[in-house]
Amino acid sequence: MNAFVRAVGRGGLFALAVLRASRPTPGFLAELVREIYKIGARSLPIIAVGGAFVGLSVILLGYRALDTYGASGQVSVMLGLGLYRELAPVLTALLFIGRAGSSIAAELGLMRATDQITALGLMAIDPVAKVVAPRFWAAVICVPLLTAFFISFAILAGWFEAVHVIGLDDGTFWQAMKDAVDLGDDFLGAFLKAGVFGAIAALVAAHVGFHSEPTIEGTSVATTRAVVNASLLVLMFNFVLSALMFR
Amino acid sequence: MYVPPSLPVKAVLNNDAPIAVSLSGLRLERGGRVVLDGLDLSVAEGSITAVIGPSGSGKSTLLAALTGELQPAAGQVSVFGAPLPPPGRGLLSLRKRIGVLLQGNGLLTDLTAGENVALPLETHTALPRQIVDVLVGMKLHAVGLGQAAGLYPRELSGGMARRVALARALALDPPLMIYDEPLTGLDPIASGVIMSLIARLNRTLGLTSIIVTHHVRETLPIADHAVMIADGRIVFDGTPAELERSRDPLVRQFLDGDPDGPIAFDGTSRSAA
Repeated sequence: MNAFVRAVGRGGLFALAVLRASRPTPGFLAELVREIYKIGARSLPIIAVGGAFVGLSVILLGYRALDTYGASGQVSVMLGLGLYRELAPVLTALLFIGRAGSSIAAELGLMRATDQITALGLMAIDPVAKVVAPRFWAAVICVPLLTAFFISFAILAGWFEAVHVIGLDDGTFWQAMKDAVDLGDDFLGAFLKAGVFGAIAALVAAHVGFHSEPTIEGTSVATTRAVVNASLLVLMFNFVLSALMFR
Repeated sequence: MYVPPSLPVKAVLNNDAPIAVSLSGLRLERGGRVVLDGLDLSVAEGSITAVIGPSGSGKSTLLAALTGELQPAAGQVSVFGAPLPPPGRGLLSLRKRIGVLLQGNGLLTDLTAGENVALPLETHTALPRQIVDVLVGMKLHAVGLGQAAGLYPRELSGGMARRVALARALALDPPLMIYDEPLTGLDPIASGVIMSLIARLNRTLGLTSIIVTHHVRETLPIADHAVMIADGRIVFDGTPAELERSRDPLVRQFLDGDPDGPIAFDGTSRSAA
């Protein structure tokens, strides 16, 4: 228990240090753009593929369940609400953690192991500002955008399956979804959740990487820990946010 | 461009020279264990001081104390007449005046050699881009790598990477340079290049240099002042010539590379009865 409280405290202090070190200098912005490309743009393929298959699965599941009650027309409602409220932010964040969180932890761990972080400190350059802050903000910006991509691909794939494979009515599919999904609660809610998850993913990954043992083993432990801890935290926070947001 | 290591660099050590670094009654602990105790040392401005000692004698710990990474458990480190400030703004501004060459170089791998050297200049000065580029070119030229600005650290040999790191450490023209094992992993030619560079830079730029190393044979010829650490304390403090003449069994064993003696092979000290 003691160790848990201490870990939470350390994480909180690290988060504060990251926020304090975030200043929009030209150097920071250049680094930010580079990180957005590295961890955001290059995550697009897995997000697109992941989203498409989730869309297909939800339609399959929903159609079979709803068709029993003659409500198969409502399958797009289930797809839309399920994606915006729960599936898309969480699954995007989990894919992002596997793709980008692990690389953030490994990169920072290697920078620690090869004296790069020490060298920055000795040059009077705050390593948190130089290497952590750009990655943090890149994740906060990218995860909501990736979530939007995830949703787009999932709905597109779901629509294709529902309308062109199963044979449901095209107009009903879109109209039912439009009526059910609320702009404020569901659409913007998904972005809010995704931003929080991006922050969690980046903070956890950067924290364990930054403070890893300066050895090869330390780096591998940090990578594993980043994925496990960040994934669990995202799932926990998702429940808390859902409980607060959707009443 | 290889320059022979034996350059006429001896700055005359006189006792009136201002003191660049002084340690008084310094005790350093790592994880509650006392690594070094009772250190008293003065490093004169303009000198090259070689801090030598066997592996595990606490050289790296001493280095961490000199840069303020490790706070002393007792005693004081003074740099340029003022005690080393605690971590914070004061320490950061002092660090701009201390250049450190790390054993692992610490070059940022996603930046080119030139960008690495430019990093401290861009962070700590408001110089326009063109001036920074000129300065970077000068620093790289000073270490004999004028053509290497566009190369990434992975494209450099060990000796070249060490020289780029040296150019970066010199970027802000620090009056004090600290070298941590500058020869580790280098072949004899690269070692000679690095040592002659250290000596030449010290002389031409009027620096004070502290070299922490176990490469005695390569380092002593360019040093004005030799300090040996063993057994958690300073066992020798004097000129390199005096060190060579010393009859202290600890010093002799280390200089002669004798497996038998007061220093045990595993690095922990036997009590010299």
